Amino acid sequence: MSAVPAMVKGARKPGMLPIGSIRFWLAAAAAFVACVLFPVLNLWVPAEHPLHLSSFWVTLAGKIMCYAIVAVALDLVWGYAGILSLGHGLFFALGGYAMGMHLMRQIGREGQYQSELPDFMVFLDWKELPWHWWMTDSFLWSLALVILVPGVLAFVFGYFAFRSRVKGVYFSIITQALTFAAMLLFFRNATGFGGNNGFTDFKRILGFSVTAPETRMVLFLVTALTLLGVLLLSHRIVKSKFGRVLAAIRDAEQRVMFCGYDTVHYKVAIFTLSAVLCGIAGALYVPQVGIINPGEMSPANSIEMAIWVAVGGRGTLIGAVLGAGLVNGAKSYFTVAFPEYWLYFLGAIFILVTLFLPKGVLSLARRGA
Amino acid sequence: MKAAVPAEIEFASRTALYLDGITVSFDGFQALKNLSLVIDEGELRCVIGPNGAGKTTMMDVITGKTRADAGRVFFGGELDLARLSEAEIVHAGIGRKFQKPTIFEQLTVFENLELAMKADKRVRASLFARLSGEQRDRIAETLALVGLGGAEARVAGALSHGQKQWLEIGMLLVQEPKLLLLDEPVAGMSDAETERTAELFLSLAGRHSLMVVEHDMAFIETIARKVTVLHEGSVLAEGPMEQVKNDPRVIEVYLGR
Repeated sequence: MSAVPAMVKGARKPGMLPIGSIRFWLAAAAAFVACVLFPVLNLWVPAEHPLHLSSFWVTLAGKIMCYAIVAVALDLVWGYAGILSLGHGLFFALGGYAMGMHLMRQIGREGQYQSELPDFMVFLDWKELPWHWWMTDSFLWSLALVILVPGVLAFVFGYFAFRSRVKGVYFSIITQALTFAAMLLFFRNATGFGGNNGFTDFKRILGFSVTAPETRMVLFLVTALTLLGVLLLSHRIVKSKFGRVLAAIRDAEQRVMFCGYDTVHYKVAIFTLSAVLCGIAGALYVPQVGIINPGEMSPANSIEMAIWVAVGGRGTLIGAVLGAGLVNGAKSYFTVAFPEYWLYFLGAIFILVTLFLPKGVLSLARRGA
Repeated sequence: MKAAVPAEIEFASRTALYLDGITVSFDGFQALKNLSLVIDEGELRCVIGPNGAGKTTMMDVITGKTRADAGRVFFGGELDLARLSEAEIVHAGIGRKFQKPTIFEQLTVFENLELAMKADKRVRASLFARLSGEQRDRIAETLALVGLGGAEARVAGALSHGQKQWLEIGMLLVQEPKLLLLDEPVAGMSDAETERTAELFLSLAGRHSLMVVEHDMAFIETIARKVTVLHEGSVLAEGPMEQVKNDPRVIEVYLGR
C-alpha cells in the first residue's frame, strides 16, 4: 500500500522545477539571457562597442519566441491529444490582425493621406470604418479580440468537427482548407483588412514609437514572459488529470469514452486553448515585425509550424520551443545565405527527423544526459 | 413493428437489463433480428454463438456505440438507453471490456486505473482533480484483485496480453458499474490466468451483473449458470448449460461443428 502514492506521476507540485536540476539551470540561464543580457547589450552598451546587440537580433529573437509560443500550443493538441491541426497559422494570423487593426488606428492622421481612416480605406474611397473595426481604437477591446476571435472560431469549428468524429488525416486536411479559405477571404479588398498588402507602416503602440529601441525591448520582454507563462500553464495542464485524459484520447479514444468521458469536450477545450495561445503569439508578433498580411494564413505556413514541433520532439513542450528555435534560426541563416535552397533544406530536415529521430532533437539530449 | 414482451419473461423489478425486440441492419444485412433478452440483477450470464451471430453488435447497442433500428434497451428496468450518449451510459452504470484489450498503452498501470475510476469526469473537474486516500486505496485493492499488485508503475503497453486483459477488467471495476459487459475476456490468456479469471467473475456475480461473451467453451462451462445462444441475430436457445448443450438446434449450428 505505502508504495502506491510514490508511484503517482505528477505528485510533485506541478509547474515547479527542483532547484539544482539541469532543467532548472537551463531555465535560469534562458531567463538571464532574455531579461538581463539582451536589454543591457542592446540598450546600454553603445552602438560602436563590439558587444552591442543590434535591434535586428532583438527583433529576430522576439519573433522566434512568438513562433515558440505557437509551437507549444500546437504541441498541446498534437503531441498530447494526438490531433494534428494544420491550420494553426490561421489562429496566429487572426491574433495578429486583431492587434494590427489597433495599430492601424493608432497611426491616426500620420498616414500618407492624412485621414482618420487607414490609408488603404482612403485608397478604396471608403468614407467610414466598416463595422468590424468598431472599438478597435481601444487597446483593451483589441486585446479581447486577440483572444476572442481565434477562440470562438476554434470552439465552433472544433465542436462541429469533433462531434462529427472527424479524425486523423481528415481533420488535418479540413484545417488546411480552413486556413486556405480564410486566406482567400483576407486577400479580397472588400473584406476590409487591406487585401494582399495587409497592414503595415505602424507608428505607435500605446503612444510609444514602435521603432524605438526601448519599445522593441519592452515588446521582446513581454514576449519572453508570455512564452514562460505559456510553458508553465501548459506544463500544469499536461501534468493534471486532464492532461492524462488527453494522452489517453491519443492512445485509445474509444476506451476513454467507455470510461465515461465525453471526449468531444476535452478535444474542444484543448483545441480552443491552443488557438487562443496562437492568437496571443500573433498579437505579439505583429508590432515587432511591423507587418501582417494574408500570406501568414497560407497552408504552407501552418505545415511549417507542425515541422517545428516534429523537429523538437512531440509531447514534450520544451521540445517545441527548441524546434521553433532551431528551424527558424536555420531559416534566417539559409534564406540569406542560400535563399533558393531553404525549402529543400526544410524538407530534408523534416524527412531526416521523421526517419531517424521520431521523438525529435530533444531525444538526443535525453540520450546524452 | 415493436415486439410485445414475450409472455414467459417475468418483468421483475430486479431486472438489470432488458432488450426488447432489437433490430439492427448494416447496408441491408440484419446483424440483429428482433432480439429480446433479460438479465437479472447479480446474474452472471454467458452468451455464446458462432461468429457473426451478433454478439458484439448486441454489446454495441447496449453501450450506445450503435443505435438500434427498432426495439428498445432498458437498464435497471426503466432507464431507456437509446436516449443516452456513450459516456452517459457509462455513468448510468454499464462497463464494457472490448474483444481486443484496449488500455492506455503509454500511461502507467496506475494512471490507467486513475482515469477509469468513478469520479466527476467533466473537463473542469479533471483540471483540478487530486486523488484522495480513499481512491488510492481503491486502486490498490483493485490492483490486487486483478493480480497486478506491484505493477502499478509499469507502462501499460509493456504488460503481457493476459495482464492487459486484467488491467482492462480492473478499469471496469474501478468504475463501479452495476452491469459488466465482457467481450471474450480470456482470449489469449494462459490456462492458469483463465482459471483465475473464472474465480474473479464468480466472486463478482451477486454484487454486479455480468454478461460474458466467450468462445472458450471450457471457460464457459466453469462459470456458466444460465447460457444464451445467439444465432443469426436472435436468441436460439436459453437456459442452464446442461440443457443448452443438449439442445439439437444448438448442436447443429454451433457445438457440433
